[in-house]
Amino acid sequence: MAQATAVAHEGEHEETTTGLSHRKLLMWAFLGSDCMFFGSLIATYLVYQNKSKVGPFPEDVFSIPTTSVSTFVLLMSSMSMVLAYSALTRGSQKTFRIWLLSTAIMGMTFLAFQVFEFRDFADHELEFHCSEVDLSAGPIVADDHTLTAFQRNQLKEQCDAGKEEAVVDHGLTPRTNLFGTTFFTLTGFHGAHVTLGVIWLLSLFFYSFRQGGASASRELDIDLAALYWHFVDVVWIVIFTVVYLFGVFPGI
Amino acid sequence: MAEESGTQPDTGAAEAVHTGHPTPLTYFKVAMTLSAITAVEVGVFYVEDLGKGIIPILAVLSIAKFAMVAMFYMHLRYDSRLFTTFFVAGVVLAVSVALAVLTLFRFFA
Repeated sequence: MAQATAVAHEGEHEETTTGLSHRKLLMWAFLGSDCMFFGSLIATYLVYQNKSKVGPFPEDVFSIPTTSVSTFVLLMSSMSMVLAYSALTRGSQKTFRIWLLSTAIMGMTFLAFQVFEFRDFADHELEFHCSEVDLSAGPIVADDHTLTAFQRNQLKEQCDAGKEEAVVDHGLTPRTNLFGTTFFTLTGFHGAHVTLGVIWLLSLFFYSFRQGGASASRELDIDLAALYWHFVDVVWIVIFTVVYLFGVFPGI
Repeated sequence: MAEESGTQPDTGAAEAVHTGHPTPLTYFKVAMTLSAITAVEVGVFYVEDLGKGIIPILAVLSIAKFAMVAMFYMHLRYDSRLFTTFFVAGVVLAVSVALAVLTLFRFFA
């Protein structure tokens, strides 16, 4: 094993035609290609923006304060990641582990926010006062939304049962409308990237307890993971602005 | 970093001369700036009078955050320009593809 590790480390410092690490160059090439992946998803989201025939729409489900907090958490995770790298280059293994674990925890916190958000969107509901609803007067419109046949039946069943207030399912899933499809595809793929990043960081954290696992010779391994993690952060910076802020602002 | 000893770091980045990377204090300052910009973004969002004027404001703030993370946290300011070329090429292509798709589907009409 020690021999294998030594070989691996020699590989990191091999001479190349560019004088640069090929692994790092490959990582940058991958990040460049991933930009195009997310660029296409964001463009698709924008193309279908305001094209949904039925709700819910972004302004119905988005909570800017909640998403701002999760954005802040992801930004801070980038700082802790770079501090972990900095600690490793200074040879401080304990500090390195603390910052690395902090980064992974903040990544998991961001994912928890995303799960909470998705769940909240799926459970979204509309409330009606049965006394104010006339089921015989054509399509029912509430908050600018025309109810679907399924929602109309839900409302009818509850009002016919004598309830004063009726609750109609108005959840957002990938199948609900164009907004749901493009939103969940975009943010879902970003979430998958974050999940992969968290697994990578935790792997590095546990590996750091092995002999030589947190030595300066592992610098490139941490650097590559850090680059990936910061990339996930910059993608979210764009998503937060384009999808969330532009999506809800009433003037747009 | 040993494997990058043959690169030409930005001579304007004085901190990089000795370590090749900024100090933790610089990282902290960048984080605070990013947080402040995010707070401004959210604050601006609640100013309804801005109308469509909010688009360029939020776009500039978002680009500023993107650039800060790429330059300082991803070390593009201090690393080889070849890394910057690879990444910027990807970003330019991504923006070009996105603009082409948006134009094709009459997004700007």
